[in-house]
Amino acid sequence: MKVLMLGWEFPPFISGGLGTACYGLTKAMDSLGIKVTFVLPKMVDANYGDHVKLLSPEPNQSSEEFFKLDALKNVTFRTISSSLQPYLTPKLYHEKIEELHLKKQKMNRVFSWENKKLCENDYVYENTPKPISTNSGQNYDGDMYTEVNNYAAMAVKLAQNEQFDVIHAHDWMTYPAAVAVASATNKPLVVHVHSTEFDRSGEHVNQTIYDIERAGMHAANKIIAVSHLTRNIIITRYGISGEKVEVVHNAVERNGNWALNKNFIKKDEKIVLFLGRITMQKGPEYFLQAAKKVLEVMDDVKFVMAGSGDMMHRTIEMAAELGIGQKVLFTGFLQGEDVQKIYKMADIYVMPSVSEPFGIAPLEALENDVPVIISKQSGVSEVLTHALKVDFWDVEEMANKIIAVLKYPPLQITLRDYGNFEVRKLRWKESATKCAKIYQEALVSV
Amino acid sequence: MASICFYFQVHQPTRLKHYTVFDKKEHYFDDHKNGTICKKVAEKCYLPANRLLLDVINKFQGKFKISYSITGVLLEQLFSFSPKVIDTFCQLAETGCVEFLAETYYHSLSFLYSHDEFIEQVNKHTKAIETLFGQKPKVFRNTELIYNNDLAQLIESMGCFDAIITEGADHILGYRSPNFVYTPSGCSKLKLLLKNYSLSDDVAFRFSNRNWAQWPLTADKFARWINKVNGNGNVVNLFMDYETFGEHQWENTGIFEFMKHLPEEILRHPDNNFKTPSEVAESYPSMDTVDVPHLISWADTERDLSAWLGNAMQSNAIHELYRLEKKVKNFSDDKLLSDWRKLQTSDHFYYMCTKYFADGDVHKYFNPYDSPYDSYINFMNVLGNLQKRCSKKEDTVCPV
Repeated sequence: MKVLMLGWEFPPFISGGLGTACYGLTKAMDSLGIKVTFVLPKMVDANYGDHVKLLSPEPNQSSEEFFKLDALKNVTFRTISSSLQPYLTPKLYHEKIEELHLKKQKMNRVFSWENKKLCENDYVYENTPKPISTNSGQNYDGDMYTEVNNYAAMAVKLAQNEQFDVIHAHDWMTYPAAVAVASATNKPLVVHVHSTEFDRSGEHVNQTIYDIERAGMHAANKIIAVSHLTRNIIITRYGISGEKVEVVHNAVERNGNWALNKNFIKKDEKIVLFLGRITMQKGPEYFLQAAKKVLEVMDDVKFVMAGSGDMMHRTIEMAAELGIGQKVLFTGFLQGEDVQKIYKMADIYVMPSVSEPFGIAPLEALENDVPVIISKQSGVSEVLTHALKVDFWDVEEMANKIIAVLKYPPLQITLRDYGNFEVRKLRWKESATKCAKIYQEALVSV
Repeated sequence: MASICFYFQVHQPTRLKHYTVFDKKEHYFDDHKNGTICKKVAEKCYLPANRLLLDVINKFQGKFKISYSITGVLLEQLFSFSPKVIDTFCQLAETGCVEFLAETYYHSLSFLYSHDEFIEQVNKHTKAIETLFGQKPKVFRNTELIYNNDLAQLIESMGCFDAIITEGADHILGYRSPNFVYTPSGCSKLKLLLKNYSLSDDVAFRFSNRNWAQWPLTADKFARWINKVNGNGNVVNLFMDYETFGEHQWENTGIFEFMKHLPEEILRHPDNNFKTPSEVAESYPSMDTVDVPHLISWADTERDLSAWLGNAMQSNAIHELYRLEKKVKNFSDDKLLSDWRKLQTSDHFYYMCTKYFADGDVHKYFNPYDSPYDSYINFMNVLGNLQKRCSKKEDTVCPV
């Protein structure tokens, strides 16, 4: 079985759960012997950090890049230069592009192209941005939809030189590309829905994105939903017949790389953790309202909000307005070891999402021995029983549960131990096996 | 000779209302929910079953006998929500064919934590039964058939009981059969009646299970199984929850019809009869001493205490509760004492059970909470308020 997989992010280029899910799933497929060509857009931006290794061919030759990771023997990565990034809105996209333009112009004056250094490894450090070449300049016209379509055109070109049996596309930005590849190659299409426009935007959906999603879902031979919650949205909001939609829950990578001892961290305050993008979808305001209520009863508690997002400024202001500014800490976006560190400090993790198709972070929290309170409006709630569950709007109950965990060690211990045990049963291998079965069904249906 | 001894456990807990850390009210119980459930179970089970058994008793004129253990917390609820049920129990008592057993009034685990409290609750229950049904209980059953040698010895030392009841667990019997009367280790007078769990569970759990090889279970088939005991046993103790009739096994499974025809089928064999637990204890000699050093119960396959005390939350909650005993009893405040005692009902701890929780089995079906964690949080919030009441009283009683 050979899969052409279209994604938007892959570790370490991640900004959220999508990249984590793609990584876990692909790695498990690799171990099952499924051959995967993973195509992803590569934003020409230096922000990825210098620990990133990408093999890039002659800089000016092609917009496609090719690389492999040693750990994943059956996976080949193909990148298409593109400014697509997950979790962007058209408006933010425009701002980002403007910013990038300015930065590039500045950088151009500092670096010359020839200075780009090769490192001693097999890979090239992609730590300097490429200047905008004249022929690729058209890609950066600041319109995300055009970019999505450009991406589709390039993906079709790329696919013509690839051998594969099935196309697997992750979320809306890749759907036009996937649909184009499917019709050009006549191969079955599986679309994987990690979130829908209704999750991201509530009832104020972006019609264009909705249309892209809908077209992708209708063109697909099979649809994978990350939860029953999402499956229901696909059926009711996108008019898809139920037999086409299968649920494959996400899982979590076993860690164990970070041998940080909890005892090293001395603290005289309890820590309640919010970790995720600070956006409407994630319910940061409910977290703060609950914090306010907790602080009415308990004093020695700090609330840490780790993440960034378009509601960050409003959230900081809101903390101040509620008069709990001194008790709420904002860390910005955390990655790698910093995430592990914050988990080690936390007494409880809270995910107050308004709408969460799945939500991998609670699994990671449990994996790190942190008990979790999750919103009932989340897909992860379908797979976790040893978690406290609340309606996201019920801030009094959220506070009630936070206080209970902080106040009663037996509750924290029981949640942690059983939760950790439960999470161990959620393995990517199982998700990958389910996907493989869905591929077979998709092949039959063509 | 095979005597059939029926004992039905009749109990509903006083369920707590949703109580957060922000709640200040000193009323902890969900009257609406308790009333609704009480009335529902009365309609589906208690009333039809009582009427049916009353008919059968009248029909067989003294040959069909049964026994009940009704908890005090249920009696209180029946008075408030469904007094008709009490009337029908009184009618049953008047037939002379019905024995009422003693237990802890609050269906509590007090034996494990405070013998003083345990004895007070047994006495309170005995008094309630005597007042209501005009008979003084002579046989004791502990909550969830929790039992060990110490319990038997304590019950014997109380001097008012002839027998005690527990589970006929394989590991306490070894090669022996539950179909005889025994003596508890360390007791001289007290007799021990053991539940025949296999035949009891055929009715209580398997009756409507279509995957069971013996389905459907008919009265004559069951009577044939009972007849096989003739010659190698004296008594078949069929102990089960009364809610088996109409609640655990719904009416449409045919459970009432089964019960209606069973006496007739059993009595068809001339060597069979029905006896109450007291009569069994009186009629048959003890065949052996049964030694039970460790605690057993009738729950789950483990037959141990893990359903109530299996995790850290459960043991924490119950320890915190019993730590208040002295304080609560120091004040002569009936409401406080009664609230504290209602929190002792074993169901509150059963709801906190994490065993099998993920499998969604029987533990979940009877659980008013979404999860064991929710039940612990709720219980601890209530207990927190009760603790505050105690401290407040302390301040006023002995001002510093």
